[in-house]
Amino acid sequence: MKYSFYNLVRNSFSYHENWEKAWSSPELKPEYDVIIIGGGGHGLGTAYYLAKEFGVKNIAVLEKGWIGGGNTGRNTTIIRSNYLWDESAALYNHAVNLWEGLSSELNFNVMFSQRGLFHLAHSVHDMQEITRRGYSNYLNGIDAEILNQEQVAKKIPHMNMHGRYPVLGALLQRRAGTARHDAVAWGYARAAENLGVDIIQNCEVKGIDISNGKVVGLQTTKGSVKVDKVGLVPAGHSSVLADMAGFTLPINSVPLQALVSEPIKPILDCVIMSNSVHVYVSQSDKGELVVGAGSDAYNSYSQRGSFDMIEHMMAPLVELFPIFSRLKMLRSWGGIVDVTPDRSPIIGKTPVKDLFINCGWGTGGFKATPGSAHVFAETVAKGEPNDIAAPFSLDRHYSGALVDEAAAAAVAH
Amino acid sequence: MFVIKCPYCGERDQTEFSCHGEAHIARPDNPAEVSDEEWGEYLFFRNNPKGIHFERWTHDHGCRRWFNVMRDTVSDKIMKTYKMGDQKPGVQDV
Repeated sequence: MKYSFYNLVRNSFSYHENWEKAWSSPELKPEYDVIIIGGGGHGLGTAYYLAKEFGVKNIAVLEKGWIGGGNTGRNTTIIRSNYLWDESAALYNHAVNLWEGLSSELNFNVMFSQRGLFHLAHSVHDMQEITRRGYSNYLNGIDAEILNQEQVAKKIPHMNMHGRYPVLGALLQRRAGTARHDAVAWGYARAAENLGVDIIQNCEVKGIDISNGKVVGLQTTKGSVKVDKVGLVPAGHSSVLADMAGFTLPINSVPLQALVSEPIKPILDCVIMSNSVHVYVSQSDKGELVVGAGSDAYNSYSQRGSFDMIEHMMAPLVELFPIFSRLKMLRSWGGIVDVTPDRSPIIGKTPVKDLFINCGWGTGGFKATPGSAHVFAETVAKGEPNDIAAPFSLDRHYSGALVDEAAAAAVAH
Repeated sequence: MFVIKCPYCGERDQTEFSCHGEAHIARPDNPAEVSDEEWGEYLFFRNNPKGIHFERWTHDHGCRRWFNVMRDTVSDKIMKTYKMGDQKPGVQDV
């Protein structure tokens, strides 16, 4: 059933009790053309674009928990594309272009809000960095404005410009913003199922069957299944799945946490990000401040970060916004992020034939969801990455052609 | 948060330490002769187990010495800490 004003009115006569489910819970079939492992935004989006643009009919998405319950539901929902290198700019701006039409494409309100993002500069070096990146953005057709201290102070009047690390300027991307993370998973799931994709929740992959160097099937907690092609999109558990297929990845899985405050009236109408003092913050539509910062430095699958990181987030926040100092923080949570040496993702082929991987998004994957899903769908469908995905191959760790993207992490590293 | 037992100083708070990735990685003896694949494996590819992990830590705000840690990455429980150069412990050692 299409979500529309007409259907809203029609369903109001039955007290909204007869809306059909957004997606169902089908049984696992014995055979599929393509299986995507991982039911987050990237995986569900891949299935959607495979069905919609690449004509693949028989697709399943396997999710070991519930869809969107991993990092898709555990981030700070920031979307931007102001990356330094051409390769990253192409990839992340492809995502922003898709974000702009996503709600109407999926017929699901993902609440994409282009409220603008200020990347703060606190030193002469920071000013040089944002100037360099700003001009690089211009050349790649990405909107960027380099603001001085006075201009920033005017835009964000309650920010402390003269703290221990004074704010000297900012790089502003107006097309950047936030979206509703759960809605992205739900919207892709609903749209994919309308195209015939089976979304199998509570189905963990336990083994990958390989014959003559080609993937032929999967062992899951819901039985075994034959398959022609597999796309791995498991985020924090990428190495675990690669291990099942017999290869290793240049990835470390580390905890990244975030937290939200009690809801308050609208006070912050943009996204603030600072690499130097190590915090990013925006205000959700519910009124909560959503705050994030750096990941822990040790490998873990525990889905909880260390307690001292919370202090590392709060100290710069109250330094920048003394007005927030008496707010209570309501919830904190951790996700396990798969970090690559160059902080850029891995999209493409693996040593196993017809087994493709999309991982390594580390601390900044949410913003790329539609772009990542779109280029990965093409990679799986055609067997070769397209021009946008090609620089992000696993092979770059042998050739040395890294996409060393310091801007990929929202914070200093 | 953990308490970590530095092999030199004893038990201290985790915030005194920093982690520096997988331990027991040997640099190839002949860097000029190894293939790009072997060099890439050495530089970038890491075991990233869900379970027992061997890793290097430093006691930054203490003795500033390096040591190795055997830790479970699911529970974050530390099984053993030992000095650089010591034999890699097995499961039977903890």
